[in-house]
Amino acid sequence: MSYAIEAEGLVKRFGSTLALDGVDLAVPTGKILGVLGPNGAGKTTAVRVLATLLRADEGWARVGGYDVVKDATAVRGVIGLTGQYASIDEDLSGTENLVLIGKLLGLSKAAAKARAAELLAKFELSDAASRSIKTYSGGMRRRADLAASLVGRPDVLYLDEPTTGLDPHSRNEVWGTVRALVDDGVTVLLTTQYLEEADQLADLITVIDHGKVIATGTPHELKRRTGGQSLQVRPTLAVDVPAVAGILRDLTDTEPLVDADNGVLSVPVDNPLLLSTLVRRLDEVGITADELALRLPSLDEVFLTLTGHTAPVHEGSLA
Amino acid sequence: MTTATPPLTHVGPGLAVRHGLALAGRAIIKIRKNPESLLDVTLQPIIFLLLFVYLFGGALQGSSDAYLQVLLPGLMVQNIAFASLGTGMALNTDITKGVFDRFRSMPIARSAPLIGAVLGDVVRFVTTLTVLFVVATIMGFRVQTDPGRFLIAIALMIAFGLCLCWVSVFVGMLVKSPQAVPGTLVAFVFPLTFGSNVFVSSSTMPGWLQAWVDINPVTHLTNAGRGLLLGGDWVGDAAWAFLWAIAIAAVFFPLALRAYRRRVG
Repeated sequence: MSYAIEAEGLVKRFGSTLALDGVDLAVPTGKILGVLGPNGAGKTTAVRVLATLLRADEGWARVGGYDVVKDATAVRGVIGLTGQYASIDEDLSGTENLVLIGKLLGLSKAAAKARAAELLAKFELSDAASRSIKTYSGGMRRRADLAASLVGRPDVLYLDEPTTGLDPHSRNEVWGTVRALVDDGVTVLLTTQYLEEADQLADLITVIDHGKVIATGTPHELKRRTGGQSLQVRPTLAVDVPAVAGILRDLTDTEPLVDADNGVLSVPVDNPLLLSTLVRRLDEVGITADELALRLPSLDEVFLTLTGHTAPVHEGSLA
Repeated sequence: MTTATPPLTHVGPGLAVRHGLALAGRAIIKIRKNPESLLDVTLQPIIFLLLFVYLFGGALQGSSDAYLQVLLPGLMVQNIAFASLGTGMALNTDITKGVFDRFRSMPIARSAPLIGAVLGDVVRFVTTLTVLFVVATIMGFRVQTDPGRFLIAIALMIAFGLCLCWVSVFVGMLVKSPQAVPGTLVAFVFPLTFGSNVFVSSSTMPGWLQAWVDINPVTHLTNAGRGLLLGGDWVGDAAWAFLWAIAIAAVFFPLALRAYRRRVG
């Protein structure tokens, strides 16, 4: 497998603070890596090192096959960066920003204008193209910022908390764009504090806390690795709840949790085969269920298990 | 989406200038959108002109009118020097913005943002010279030579300003906050512009000050400006001023670039 991004043993100190404490990362070409971690975990520092904006004190990193220190200019030629704070000029209009970037990338004036118009249309910003960025809403800014990152058709795209502070609608738009880019073969490194975002988008997740990688894997692997499964049953008739509880207790030797509000019973299990046993037992006693599932723990539970603290409080927009 | 072109490994000086010009375009768009950013290069020259001409003219030169003639070329040089202070301040503010991260993550010359800021300041220089010249003309100033020499004078002054900018950029990259830039630079620009023959002849000054005034590039440029606008010799002084400008740029361009790299990592 070829890797668009590889890093090993990245260490970065700011005074006495250890922002990166030996971080390893690997993103296969054409995949999305979600770098998940709370505020101050070192996510942004890692992105800045990989974007050649910061030099690591120790370790090495290669992007698109180029060393971020020795071949920094070549790395800059293959990456696109969308920062945590909009990396576009507030005073300039959408068109002016994108044309400037096109020109800096060596496009002729006409080509830069055409590319700007194309991207602004793609991100539904054509109507606002001639307005200053400072008049844009948060979602529009993010889209303009993303458009700016794509002027040079990058092979590797860094998205540093691309949806922080966005409303659900804008967030979904950003997600859609990211998926479309990956379909075109772009490799994406995405940092996020939102487990849901990582779960939705990422092929691979790396969890960082206090500058260290504490887990890496597919969302599915992480969920499996860090917590048992749970068996959830919702009997069609509420009167059957005690009977179902009895069966579950019998099968697992554990007292099931009953959610009285929606009539769901759940119990932790370690043997997935119990599901079919349960189905048979329910059949035998003639109880039907509206919902019957074996669930992996949510990423929130994974995060809690891995970091020892709960995931950051979701802002209203993502709750 | 693989790039067919070979990777860019080095950005040469030609490309650096091209990138710089594109970024100068950005600076000019910003000035157009915030015209009030030109207040320091419009209001101050008018105040200086009115104040010095009517306050000192009679005492120094017998009449305001006569003083205006000798003062204007020097005042143009002084205001160019003051206008160059803005570069460091603007850059100091600019590098903290997110957009600078984007520039730095692009395959452009490291020096391009600095070159762009300095080239964009040509607008400020032209503005300050135009304001001075128009107000002085209303007050009675008249060019005694020809348009060709007038343009040489303007070109020399702008070239001087472009070189002086690098001092401002250097200081702008060293100090923490933009507000500290003019404070620091005043200690440099005041002796440079007032310690010259812009306002008075050096003949009454103590010897040590005369020695400084005589080598001061502002003095040479002022003499050249007087020759070019009022008639008389100018070539020797222009050459000295030009050499000075080149020397200043040769020292402060690398210093500014180094300070910038250190500042932004």
